[in-house]
Amino acid sequence: MEYLDLIFQETYKILFLLVPVLVSVAMIVWLDRRVWAFVQKRQGPNVVGPFGLLQSLADALKYIFKEIIIPASSNKIIFILAPIITMTLALIAWAVIPFGVDQVLADINVGILYIFAVSSLGVYGIIMGGWASNSKYPFLGSIRSAAQMVSYEVSIGIIIINVLLCVGSLNLSDIVLAQKDMWFVIPLFPMFVIFFISALAETNRPPFDLPEAEAELVAGYQTEYSGMMYAMFWLGEYANILLMCALGSILFLGGWLSPIELYPFNLIPGALWLIFKILFLFILFALVKAIVPRYRYDQLMRLGWKIFLPLSLTYVVLTASYLFYFNLLPTN
Amino acid sequence: MIAHAIFFYVFSIIAVVSAVMVTVSKNTVHSVFFLILDFISISCLFIMIGAEFLGMIMLIVYVGAVAVLFLFVVMMLNVAQQKNQWFISKENSNHIPIGLLISVIIFFELIIVIGGWKYKPDLFDQGNLSIVNDVSNTHSLGMVLYTDYIHIFQISGMILLIAMIGAIVLTFRQREGVKKQSYLKQISRERAEGVEVVEVASNRGVKIDD
Repeated sequence: MEYLDLIFQETYKILFLLVPVLVSVAMIVWLDRRVWAFVQKRQGPNVVGPFGLLQSLADALKYIFKEIIIPASSNKIIFILAPIITMTLALIAWAVIPFGVDQVLADINVGILYIFAVSSLGVYGIIMGGWASNSKYPFLGSIRSAAQMVSYEVSIGIIIINVLLCVGSLNLSDIVLAQKDMWFVIPLFPMFVIFFISALAETNRPPFDLPEAEAELVAGYQTEYSGMMYAMFWLGEYANILLMCALGSILFLGGWLSPIELYPFNLIPGALWLIFKILFLFILFALVKAIVPRYRYDQLMRLGWKIFLPLSLTYVVLTASYLFYFNLLPTN
Repeated sequence: MIAHAIFFYVFSIIAVVSAVMVTVSKNTVHSVFFLILDFISISCLFIMIGAEFLGMIMLIVYVGAVAVLFLFVVMMLNVAQQKNQWFISKENSNHIPIGLLISVIIFFELIIVIGGWKYKPDLFDQGNLSIVNDVSNTHSLGMVLYTDYIHIFQISGMILLIAMIGAIVLTFRQREGVKKQSYLKQISRERAEGVEVVEVASNRGVKIDD
């Protein structure tokens, strides 16, 4: 009985986290299209529901009722596994995101490493999908995107090291609490910029959406997918984008902390602040999509390996020496 | 702790079965996927014994980076078909004795290394083995790694660096006749050198070189 109680409790908690995340993924797709449209002086989806808010729901309904086509020459098990893996990995990473003091599903000591590990596993959904389709465009797209994600993970890892030097703990709640006096975006501003661009590349967002560059590769690794399986790839991608925004706001923008510790700002609960910050970063993502042209592949690799990697490494040395010289290294 | 035991058996059975499947499965790409499954279940086992840092690093390094490169090589080289052929025809099996020889050598090397290893004298004291709960996994690892074992740590880093440089030197070829683009040139191109306005006489046309 005790075990059953425990399992039920945990299930409630998990559902309480996952359902809002899934709903907000649907809303964020709408927001993305809306922002994109407004930049181009269009209306965007505005028909279904108030302001078109239910557009994603309608799309999901359409995807569910469409037939799932599995190519005859594909590797069927891996073909079906790929979107499932993408979706699952995008969702399980939310377990360690703290929404307030003690408002976290799993408060583990190595939270940031967990997120990093899960996001580095995200490559597999794409590689498996591209390979199992047994077709040229998906394969090329998946190879491209795997190389891209592996390269940009390196610079994200080093940027995380920068933050960790200032915190002295791998726990995400500790990282947020360490920013009580000053958000890390101020001393580590160059790293924030590089993190933002690397997050764009890591989640295959424009201007780095080369895996799905429709002019060259049809739809990249998603070419052979249809119906609900395609929708799952899509949902996983947007959940990943949200996760990267959440990670950015936890690492640099002070997570659930309010910007000023004053009367009107104190009343707003921390979870709402985190959501505001995630939304702010996401709107930046959407704006970048609308205003920047797509990169060429060699430029992308050059940016990752020859510019971001040395720059962030130099900044690690700078941060470490600054902290050491002024005796500011965190001790605990 | 029944739940603990159940999880332990689930993960270890997955680890052992997938390790066997790595060698048995006919398709090489499937072998790599089983290898990844093996790595993941082993890192779960690490986390279960409380070595959370090690488990996460295992995931990041082996699954996130090394196995991706494995997959790349296997997918690009089309090894799958070769392996299939070996399974069907039994003529091409002269690799097996060499493989056996190498694995026996590695096995004995491992025995020699583990047998001749010098442990810290107080390693087997029970008091020293107790887990201190108020120091986190990462902290205690860092404190040992950068003090007692700093030289071994540095030397292994140097070996990895040398291996990396060696790999680059071996595979780097200066290819002839490849056109390269200079980003600086492309960006610093001005309108004046790119466009030229020509007065064209009527009915004559203009002669364009190259």
